[in-house]
Amino acid sequence: MAKRHDNITFKGYRRENGRVGVRNHVVILPVDDISNAAVEAVANNVKGTLAIPHAYGRLQFGEDLELHFRTMIGTGANPNVAAVVVIGIEPGWTKRIADGIRETGKPVAEFSIEQNGDFETIRAASWKAKEFVHWATELEREECAVSDLWVSTKCGESDTTTGLGSCPTVGNMYDKLLPEGITGFFGETSEITGAEHICQKRAINEEVGERWYKMWKAYQDEVIFAHQTDDLSDSQPTKGNIEGGLTTIEEKALGNLEKIGRTSKYIDILEPAEEPASGAGLYFMDSSSAAAECVTLMAAGGAVIHTFPTGQGNVVGNPIVPVIKITANPRTVRTMGEHVDVDVSGILRREMTIDEAGDELIDMIRRTANGRHTAAEALGHREFSMTKLYRSA
Amino acid sequence: MNVIPNEVPHLLVHDHEDNVGVVVVEGLTAGTDMLCCVTHDNSTFRLTAGADVPIGHKIALKDLKSGETAIKYGEDIGKFIADIPKGGHVHTHNCKTKRW
Repeated sequence: MAKRHDNITFKGYRRENGRVGVRNHVVILPVDDISNAAVEAVANNVKGTLAIPHAYGRLQFGEDLELHFRTMIGTGANPNVAAVVVIGIEPGWTKRIADGIRETGKPVAEFSIEQNGDFETIRAASWKAKEFVHWATELEREECAVSDLWVSTKCGESDTTTGLGSCPTVGNMYDKLLPEGITGFFGETSEITGAEHICQKRAINEEVGERWYKMWKAYQDEVIFAHQTDDLSDSQPTKGNIEGGLTTIEEKALGNLEKIGRTSKYIDILEPAEEPASGAGLYFMDSSSAAAECVTLMAAGGAVIHTFPTGQGNVVGNPIVPVIKITANPRTVRTMGEHVDVDVSGILRREMTIDEAGDELIDMIRRTANGRHTAAEALGHREFSMTKLYRSA
Repeated sequence: MNVIPNEVPHLLVHDHEDNVGVVVVEGLTAGTDMLCCVTHDNSTFRLTAGADVPIGHKIALKDLKSGETAIKYGEDIGKFIADIPKGGHVHTHNCKTKRW
């Protein structure tokens, strides 16, 4: 008998715009690479803040610049973030990002370094960051319905055990929780290659399926065929995938697609870092298959918990979103146990069914939403990697 | 489940149409009389491992000829580029994508 999942609740932080977060970060966000030093100094001055340094933000243009803004604004707007201090080299782009985050109604303050220098900027921003920390640490969690959760997925260091165990576990979770009204994300455009005929059919209707195929084909033509030096043989499957027993990109893609279960259908397609706007349901985000980039994009799209199946043992985390690691590989459980949140290796021994594994993951999602730190959080994994579309000017 | 109690399978097969299965135990050695399980319906059969095959790697379920299609998940995952005897190790040395 299938368990009912409509009575699951958790304690989360309801934000000004109605969205619910499972963490309560005060973020110090740089607009650009040269503001990292000031951001890190503020985070050092004021305990309980979180600096998110990154490598970009200067001389970008066109769609690449739009993606930069979307990622920055989406990161600040994520409901796991209570308040944000934005620091940039000059006031124009700093204001654009601060104003974008302000639309959520959360407290945002902005500072720019030109005409002030690092010292003055750090002094002023530290006072504001301290005020935000006092405010945020008095916020209280409240009872929320499971439908308030936005849950993303992406797998990494896949092997043949991910297709047998950890990916179907995530798929089982989506098959159970999407009908209860959660919002879901999957993506990894390049890793669908080999299963594109199946993925297209998992759209809610033909029109969405055709848009999906166009997006996937554009990626093939504009990225792969435009830049390939031989083929994807050295990147897809990766060396780690091959070590784990995956032989072809088709085999990898079929395992990957197990993450959307048996019955789930995606209702719309998102640009990288785009926030869903078609209501609850499953979305495909056009995204890199590199772990940190993909999780960063989905977090910027508004996901508050990430489920991450791994075979050979990817260790990725994210600064603002808890990343739950699931593995079915008994060797990985044995050699990298500190990274594993949900051990589903019983599936390989036929001691555990996919249905039972899905229930275990749902329980871990509930506990994580209540505040349990994931392995990646406990180990300090805070990888934040921006996706860059092309060279800067 | 109808797996024999106290015996853990050595090899899992996704689908009845598949011609390869996945080793799910560490340290499998040539000559092992493997318990194989088809995950689709938990039916079982036995097969002798023809080589030492690492966990996660694939084994041929029957004699496979170069040029034939490799089937896993009931789907085309590529082609064999060498003959592989039943029980043999299947990987990048004898199987590749048809895509490029």
